[in-house]
Amino acid sequence: MYEFNFAPVFASFDQLLLGAWLTIRLSCAAMLLGLIVSIICAWGKTAGPSLIRFVINAYIEIIRNTPFLVQIFFIFFGLPSLGLRLSPNSAALLALVVNFGAYGTEIIRAGIESIQKGQVEAGIALGLSKLQIFRYIIMKPALRTVYPSLTSQFIYLMLTSSVVSVISADDLAAAGNDLQSATFASFEVYIVITLMYLALSIGFSAVFAAIEKMAFKYPLSR
Amino acid sequence: MIRPFGWNEFLIIVMAAQWTIALSAIAFAGGGIGGLLIALARVSEVRPLRLAALGFIRVFQGTPLLMQLFLVFFGMNIFGLAINPWIAATMALTLHASAFLGEIWRGCIEAVPSGQREAATALGLKYYNRMRYIVLPQAARIAVAPTVGFLVQLVKGTSLAAIIGFTELTRQGQIINNATFSPFMVFGTVAAIYFILCWPLSLLARRMELKFSRATQR
Repeated sequence: MYEFNFAPVFASFDQLLLGAWLTIRLSCAAMLLGLIVSIICAWGKTAGPSLIRFVINAYIEIIRNTPFLVQIFFIFFGLPSLGLRLSPNSAALLALVVNFGAYGTEIIRAGIESIQKGQVEAGIALGLSKLQIFRYIIMKPALRTVYPSLTSQFIYLMLTSSVVSVISADDLAAAGNDLQSATFASFEVYIVITLMYLALSIGFSAVFAAIEKMAFKYPLSR
Repeated sequence: MIRPFGWNEFLIIVMAAQWTIALSAIAFAGGGIGGLLIALARVSEVRPLRLAALGFIRVFQGTPLLMQLFLVFFGMNIFGLAINPWIAATMALTLHASAFLGEIWRGCIEAVPSGQREAATALGLKYYNRMRYIVLPQAARIAVAPTVGFLVQLVKGTSLAAIIGFTELTRQGQIINNATFSPFMVFGTVAAIYFILCWPLSLLARRMELKFSRATQR
């Protein structure tokens, strides 16, 4: 019968907590940068010329139809042959931003398309500038509409970020790998790590629900 | 010794796609059975069953697939089984697919108007016949598009089996890359093969979704 040995795992629990913090930092940074990419691409896809639309569509389809693991291998191992050498941590961040950008673009585009034309026309009639219309009339209600899908995509991004440990970037899964090779208590280490990821996703869901309550207090038009 | 990336290396990578397809197919079949059970448990009238299914879904949707693979891989040792990447990868992906399909199909079952179920009950149909002939056939129509969409996610997910040493497309790419050291070509090829596998499924899912929403609008 196998004897569980959790003592070495909890002895180095601070290492794991640091790893969890790195995962939080990495995914938050990736989400913020990815959101910027998404908004720019969504704008390009709805309002840009056809060449830009084609490029953005190709980006979205390629990213959404290939595994994240292959994307990160391509960025970390493949790009140096084009002269772009990245540290594991920057490669991880870049891969996550590129990945989140593709999913985020589709989500935000759906939000933008949910805005009725009359709203924009009303903005023009009121003499708002193009940027003001985009910022206040399109983006604000669009983000509100797609907020639930954006947050679940973020949780998915955080879970996916565990894959960056394979190129030895720093995160929770990598902290687990280090501890595993130091203690050989593989199952014990990974069950604790898995529970920490579960706690992170439950925690983030709660935070997002609280933000939703605070940020979207103003009443809906309908 | 470094050898160039030539036609042979390309073919070796292409051939490895069969293991990706096999792994996806097995996980999809297993996940289909598991997912149906989870979905039925999730809409069941027995509260503990509903809660157990909910917990299963929450755990598998709230943890990384990579960790699920590791846990099954190292967990086999605890149950006294020899560590085998094939079995570990299939088991982990089957459980993963069961949770996701279970949640997708729960939504589809709940989307069937409750009057259908009530009418079936009024006609004297018991649980099995009610589900088999009334509810599930209607839910299945709604389920097709999101299920194909999930299949894309599953095919991409099989790439993580490479990390526990299962030689499918991604792992074969790594092996060839170690021998040829032309990562740009190797991972470009690997990505292209995944794209060829997944893109038609994505397009199909989108088309069916469009067709379905048009059909239900009328």
